[in-house]
Amino acid sequence: MVWYYDLLQTLSNGVFGTFVKEDRFILLLKGLGVSLELTFFAAIIGLGIGLLVAISRINRIPVVSSIADLYVTIIRGTPVIVQLIIIYFIIIKAIFPAIVTAMIAFGINSGAYVSEIIRAGILAVDRGQMEAARSLGLSYRQAMIKVIVPQAIKNILPALGNEFIVLLKETSVAGYIAIDDLTRAAMKIRNITYDPTTPLFFIAYLYLMMTICLSKMLTSYERRLREGD
Amino acid sequence: MIRVENLHKYFGDNHVLEGIHAHIKPGEVISVIGPSGSGKSTFLRCINLLEKPDEGEIYIKGVPLIENMKRIDALRQQVGMVFQQFNLFPHMSVMGNITMAPKMIKKISDADAKDLAMELLQKVNLSEKADAFPNRLSGGQKQRVAIARALAMHPEIMLFDEPTSALDPEMVGEVLEVIRNLATEGMTMVIVTHEMGFCKEVSDRVFYMDHAIIYEEGTPQQIFEHPQKKRTKIFLSKVL
Ligand SMILES: Nc1ncnc2c1ncn2[C@@H]1O[C@H](COP(=O)(O)OP(=O)(O)OP(=O)(O)O)[C@@H](O)[C@H]1O
Ligand SMILES: [Mg+2]
Repeated sequence: MVWYYDLLQTLSNGVFGTFVKEDRFILLLKGLGVSLELTFFAAIIGLGIGLLVAISRINRIPVVSSIADLYVTIIRGTPVIVQLIIIYFIIIKAIFPAIVTAMIAFGINSGAYVSEIIRAGILAVDRGQMEAARSLGLSYRQAMIKVIVPQAIKNILPALGNEFIVLLKETSVAGYIAIDDLTRAAMKIRNITYDPTTPLFFIAYLYLMMTICLSKMLTSYERRLREGD
Repeated sequence: MIRVENLHKYFGDNHVLEGIHAHIKPGEVISVIGPSGSGKSTFLRCINLLEKPDEGEIYIKGVPLIENMKRIDALRQQVGMVFQQFNLFPHMSVMGNITMAPKMIKKISDADAKDLAMELLQKVNLSEKADAFPNRLSGGQKQRVAIARALAMHPEIMLFDEPTSALDPEMVGEVLEVIRNLATEGMTMVIVTHEMGFCKEVSDRVFYMDHAIIYEEGTPQQIFEHPQKKRTKIFLSKVL
């Protein structure tokens, strides 16, 4: 049990140095703000890209869909940190500020997963639905809009929620390109106080609370969907 | 009404239709029977181009379908289709299922579409289910809604692919009853079925399909009482 008391001791000693002294909690608050902002805009960019990629892959638009395939393969097959650093240092560092670059990089990353989610959601709708709609005289587009997409959304939304939870956690590597997100704020405080335990446990707790909240919202939403059936 | 000329269909190397010829007159009721895998569904699905034929042509009221592929959405409206698995739209009420296509394609008003739907629901004996969702219906009720939905586009031809095969036995009758009434009203119909009794009673002609062709055809009496060809005889001896 000794380690347990040690940990408590360290934490209570660390709280003052970590949060109160020199107003360091403001650093953390700002970091939290940056992480949320980054997640939010990356999610929007990812959704946009994912939608376009999914549409071009489902409709097998020549050339575009092979590029889309390649994009999904590369993004899913390489670590997000590597993608982030490549995009930052090699591609668009010169044009945008770091935070925008990060939004774009995480958006590009998320887009690949979102496109797969959307594609899977649409393909999961029974083939007979499209056939029934077409046999009534609806065009492919009309059938998609009126029949397929409304059913696919039920498959897609829960998986999208999960993707955003993953995204929130993944933005914690944004510090690699010098963005002061929540994780980097904690590391900075550690560098000043030489106490890694308190800030890291604290931000772990924050991440956990946020993801638990999102999961809870998701679960209750899914339950409502199921009741609708 | 329907003329099929030298229809061929391949799935990969599988030659599923090897030259189908058929001529179906207005008001005629055709039953298509035959062993599993003989191409009955594929033949039916080719008639409204849910499957694209690889060779041959299909004429609906004299208009060649494949040649007019670009207008296929309009041409399909003349041909209603009813599926074994019903394929109702689960996110729409019974009313929504029936009114969607007429409102969307024929641009008829909401009120007119509802009147039409109620009229059709009466016809299939389901007036009280207008606001129900498909998951609250029995199989027989679903299939009757699916028939009403197809009729809402005022098709001149109705295609049925084993409309009662997914039903519990006690619900087969109610669906056959609806189809029988359509036959009496003079609807041109092509019905793929395993219900031999119904087939005998309702059809003007029977197509026996085997090995990717219409192997033998004739009136129900000719086919069921005096089949001429060997495989027809063997099939009938198994199913009757
Ligand atoms: N989409 C498809 N892709 C590949 N092969 C198919 C497809 N649809 C049907 N087939 C094949 O075509 C052949 C004819 O199938 P079809 O469904 O027309 O037979 P059927 O006479 O309707 O049989 P059943 O009585 O079992 O419904 C079968 O060998 C089947 O495996
Ligand atoms: Mg079949």
